[in-house]
Amino acid sequence: MAVMTYREALNLALREEMRRDPRVFVMGEEVGLYEGAYRVTQGLLKEFGEKRVVDTPICESGFTGVGVGAAMLGLRPVLEMMTFNFAILALDQIVNTAAKMLYMSGGQYNIPLVVRGPGGPAAQLAAQHSQSMETYFYHVPGLKVVRPSTPADAKGLLKSAIRDENPVIFIESETLYAVKGEVPDDPDFTIPLGQAIVRREGTDVTVVAYMGMMYRAMEVAEELAREGMSVEIVDPRTLRPMDTQTIVSSVRKTHRAVVIEAGAGFAGMGSEILSFITEQAFDDLDAPVERVTGENAPMPYARNLELLKTPSKAKIAAAIRKVCNA
Amino acid sequence: MPRTPIEPRFKIEYLSILDSEGSLDTALEPDIPPGDLKRLYRAMVLGRRLDERMVRLQRQGRIGTFAPIKGQEAAQIGSVFALRRTDWMVPSFRETAAMLWRGWPIEKLLCLFAGRLEGGQPAPDQHDLPITIPVATQLPHAVGLAYAAQYRGDDVVVMAYCGDGATSEGDFHEALNFAGVWHVPVVFVVQNNQWAISIPLKKQTHSATLAQKALGYGFPGIQVDGNDLLAVYAASREAVARARHGEGPTLIECVTYRLGVHTTADDPTRYRSDEEVKAWERKDPLPRARAYLEKKNLLDDGLEEQVDAEIARAVERFETMADADPLTIFDHVFAERPAHLEAQRAELRERLGADPPRRVDEERPLPTPMRGQRKTSRWAN
Repeated sequence: MAVMTYREALNLALREEMRRDPRVFVMGEEVGLYEGAYRVTQGLLKEFGEKRVVDTPICESGFTGVGVGAAMLGLRPVLEMMTFNFAILALDQIVNTAAKMLYMSGGQYNIPLVVRGPGGPAAQLAAQHSQSMETYFYHVPGLKVVRPSTPADAKGLLKSAIRDENPVIFIESETLYAVKGEVPDDPDFTIPLGQAIVRREGTDVTVVAYMGMMYRAMEVAEELAREGMSVEIVDPRTLRPMDTQTIVSSVRKTHRAVVIEAGAGFAGMGSEILSFITEQAFDDLDAPVERVTGENAPMPYARNLELLKTPSKAKIAAAIRKVCNA
Repeated sequence: MPRTPIEPRFKIEYLSILDSEGSLDTALEPDIPPGDLKRLYRAMVLGRRLDERMVRLQRQGRIGTFAPIKGQEAAQIGSVFALRRTDWMVPSFRETAAMLWRGWPIEKLLCLFAGRLEGGQPAPDQHDLPITIPVATQLPHAVGLAYAAQYRGDDVVVMAYCGDGATSEGDFHEALNFAGVWHVPVVFVVQNNQWAISIPLKKQTHSATLAQKALGYGFPGIQVDGNDLLAVYAASREAVARARHGEGPTLIECVTYRLGVHTTADDPTRYRSDEEVKAWERKDPLPRARAYLEKKNLLDDGLEEQVDAEIARAVERFETMADADPLTIFDHVFAERPAHLEAQRAELRERLGADPPRRVDEERPLPTPMRGQRKTSRWAN
């Protein structure tokens, strides 16, 4: 085990996979000489050269399509979106070709492609650069979607994403790059896609949260513990395929659930998680499931408004109290 | 300081070798062996006859929507002939003749347009992509294939097709930009058939040619008479050779005409005149190639009948195929079948397997009752 930042863990995952498999290459805007807008690709150009660390013109749809083509000839591209907001420009290539080429080719061409980069609410990046986009991709048959919350998950899940035979959407967070944690050194360490983790054990209520919201929920759980309330926190880690079993098992134990998402709600991840909890554990619930989401508005630039836009600790605590008192 | 003109790095040329009147520029005439000329003409005839047959099959409800190629046979066969077996061919959705040349069996194409997944599956070593319906999205794939080929050290050229309408799409420009910057071995073949459904070329672009769009990306473009088999081949051979020798991409604009409908869901009489169609029928690539072969004494008797018989046999084989297996809905969604699809598949199988007609008044089992009792006390209590 070594203590490293989330950013360093991602970098190590890329490095190890590029050493392990010569078919893996990195492509995107500013990934080479500049070493990535958030320094995730630091040192890769020096170690692997221009053929495997490719700076592209500014054209997300173009380089995503290029990645799809390269994947069909047997390479394993890892594409960096400088921020995931730019993936909107590549949505057609992601949804209509990366996700469907296997199907459209009658099973001939699978697309082992990773599209990675930071997404979700950040610090004063404003409406067009600070939004949760996982549900855009979650909806699409053929895509896997990962949201890793810790440095160890970042490493273990990115390695699995690169080894996966399908296109994987891997959304990091600007706000987590500097978070430190213990990360296994073993180059064979991976975390399978589709495994949730119980971050904190509890008996009164299950809280489902990931990324920044998971950390916020952990703080709330500690505060509520002082009131004698025992909160269990489950982090899905991979959204598709979702480990519904771990989440539902936790709800069957606590009989209460709160689902948190940083995004703007309205057909968000919270709606989906709430749906399968209701479908699979309705009889086990002692209170309606509560959903805590961001306000349904663009992310404000002003710091004071930005803080109000995403679910606050107070809002999360209120939801937990509400289901526990129902 | 005076203004100083900057000359573009390439000039745009128009190439025609065998015109619609039958005049031949012998200085430019490519030296195609007689056997190949016969194969090329046969491929054009097969493309035309299958096209006509497929439109009829669609009208009879035996296949689904189909995009005919009628009038574009020379543009497709002349270009694809320049490729080696090991090169890659990236079609849009109107390249039936080029696909036949690349070895797609007729019944597979029928399957494709009847909506069967296996119809879209290239053979493992075929080096073709399946057809692409979203406009221009295949062009970045072609650049990706070329990049990957260079990465792996494969000696291959990629030929990618699109239409005039596709040249307005972002992916067209992004692909050309990548190809220019990376100097990859791609040949872009634009089949300018004058119409993107009802939008004529003059509403698609204000550019004098589509070929010149390549200049903005730093590589050559050439405009050819797309109904002239010899001109299309000569330009393609040159472009493929450039690509193979590391001299980068080329764009070939084939000026041609879609003599038929955009797709079988289209009625072109709503937007273009009979006179215009008739004028282009006089430039039809088929009689032109036929006359050329006739002069060389290379025409085989009964070619059309042979081709029709080949098509008839394929249609027969296609029609004996069973309907698509309903459970294939869940195939090829992911490289492996995830649990949720396994569950949906099992449910569908059960529904299809055991679905006896049910009387409306038949008693149905009551749903499992809710237990309704609390599992815990109120937390605050």
